[in-house]
Amino acid sequence: MNPSQTNLRQINLRQVMGRIGLWLSVFVIVSPAILFFLWMASLSLKFEVDNAAYPPVFFPERIAWKNYADVLASNRFLTYFVNSLIVTGSATALALLVGVPAGYGIARMAAHKSAIVILIARITPGLSYLIPLFLLFQWLGLLGTLVPQIIIHLVVTVPIVIWIMIGYFETTPMELEEAALIDGATRWQVFRHVALPIAKPGIAVAFILAVIFSWNNFVFGIVLAGRETRTLPVAVYNMISFDQLSWGPLAAAALIVTLPVLLLTVFAQRQIVAGLTAGAVKGG
Amino acid sequence: MTQSAPAAAQSDAAPEKELRPPSYWPFVVPALVVVLTIIIFPWVFTIWMSLNEWKVGSPTTFVGLSNYLRLTSDPRFLEAVGHTMVYTVLSVLLPLILGTLAAVVFHQKFAGRGFLRGIFIMPMMATPVAIALVWTMMFHPQLGILNYLLSLVGIPAQLWVFHPATVIPSLVLVETWQWTPLVMLIVLGGLAAIPTEPYESAQIDGASFWQVFRFITLPLIMPFLFIAAMIRMIDAVKSFDIIFAITQGGPGSASETINIYLYSVAFTYYDLGYGSAIAVVFFLLIVLLAAVMLYARQRMLWTEISSGA
Repeated sequence: MNPSQTNLRQINLRQVMGRIGLWLSVFVIVSPAILFFLWMASLSLKFEVDNAAYPPVFFPERIAWKNYADVLASNRFLTYFVNSLIVTGSATALALLVGVPAGYGIARMAAHKSAIVILIARITPGLSYLIPLFLLFQWLGLLGTLVPQIIIHLVVTVPIVIWIMIGYFETTPMELEEAALIDGATRWQVFRHVALPIAKPGIAVAFILAVIFSWNNFVFGIVLAGRETRTLPVAVYNMISFDQLSWGPLAAAALIVTLPVLLLTVFAQRQIVAGLTAGAVKGG
Repeated sequence: MTQSAPAAAQSDAAPEKELRPPSYWPFVVPALVVVLTIIIFPWVFTIWMSLNEWKVGSPTTFVGLSNYLRLTSDPRFLEAVGHTMVYTVLSVLLPLILGTLAAVVFHQKFAGRGFLRGIFIMPMMATPVAIALVWTMMFHPQLGILNYLLSLVGIPAQLWVFHPATVIPSLVLVETWQWTPLVMLIVLGGLAAIPTEPYESAQIDGASFWQVFRFITLPLIMPFLFIAAMIRMIDAVKSFDIIFAITQGGPGSASETINIYLYSVAFTYYDLGYGSAIAVVFFLLIVLLAAVMLYARQRMLWTEISSGA
């Protein structure tokens, strides 16, 4: 065997080893996330006997679909689900309504210093907003409705939308807009018919992130929500203190609450990654 | 993300001023109104409240700085500052190290990378309360899966979040699990921006994997690591959902951070004046930590330059 052949074989062996090593590292890195969510699903599909078993049971002999049925059948859960939809939906819609034009205006004016306000909003702990706004809502007599939560969720959604839209409009080409202006279009027409259609992917990113961070928000709800106005995260938290030891239904409720977000994450991971790395924004 | 902003503003504001009259204001006004109401007004009002004795249900009186003086001799607050610092340092360092390693792996090309990246970032997008609930079950000393896993490798059962000595490390474990993906994404962005030339010449010189990482990759991704560390610091200091849902600051007050204490003062004792003072000091503390990090980064840059020359 001549030396060049051994050399070639060594390189091949090295490549194969490298490949195996890579897949091994990918497996190690991804497994904490996968195993956690699989265990969550397992907990939610087991009867109490299996959940209290030691050593733990991974695949139960009988699957407790009943856990899900119980959670979904309680009429409160439906109320809380609708509450979550209304709060997240309104807070996101309002944020897009004011935030997309604002991002456009700031980008076109190159008013980068205004981003400091966004930065302050990013640094401020969520509880700091709650104290004064809690008093304001009390004074306005709004406590007990969903309005306070919709308004305070804007603290989360508006900075996200503005931040992402500034970044997006800065990358869209100016030539078309300038041409439209020269042709006599008003600034509003330019925005509406030229800039906005191009910005659709950016708006999608802002929408997805605003929805997720508003849906997940917990701290505003525990202070502002009453019995009838709880959103899902608050409702799930209240279940913990309620029945500490029935793990099955609890895990089922937790999974139902977070499932929309998980699906969105897997299907829109490209947009989410783009949005998070561009702004690295998080609400709360 | 902000460092580049002033420079960019200066460079394109000057020549394009006549091209862009400030008639874009109407676009910004609605957002300005919203921001004034929900961000600026609460801040001004918080500062005003912090100067008052302000409790729900009793008349308010102006007390000057006495709420702030009270903080300096409040053992529970000082203890909370200590807990916050330990929690923050650990919750910055661990995700930073693991996230960088994960980014190096995700920078390689392999089948299903996009999908696996989606799975990997699920912990940080999932609803924190739902996550906290499952972790609480996993931490259970008798029935929890974690003690079972430890028993498989011969480690005695732990009390996790139910013992004062292990509660903060256990919570940091959750925080690390949750936020390592964000560090990974930021560093991955950095890796994508690195030119390939240094790697090619290193390969010709026969550098080892570790040497390449230490002397080429690490210096080039430093700016991104710094941004990741900054964001992680801001979020870890403010961490609330996970701690509140799992321990509520317990056992006793062993995991009570500033944010958890702030919640108790404002919404359990309804001592809004004192709570506002805590909120102001808390905010200043975050700004201070950010300033220290910026300063340390600047110092590091200077030593790098001087040692290089």
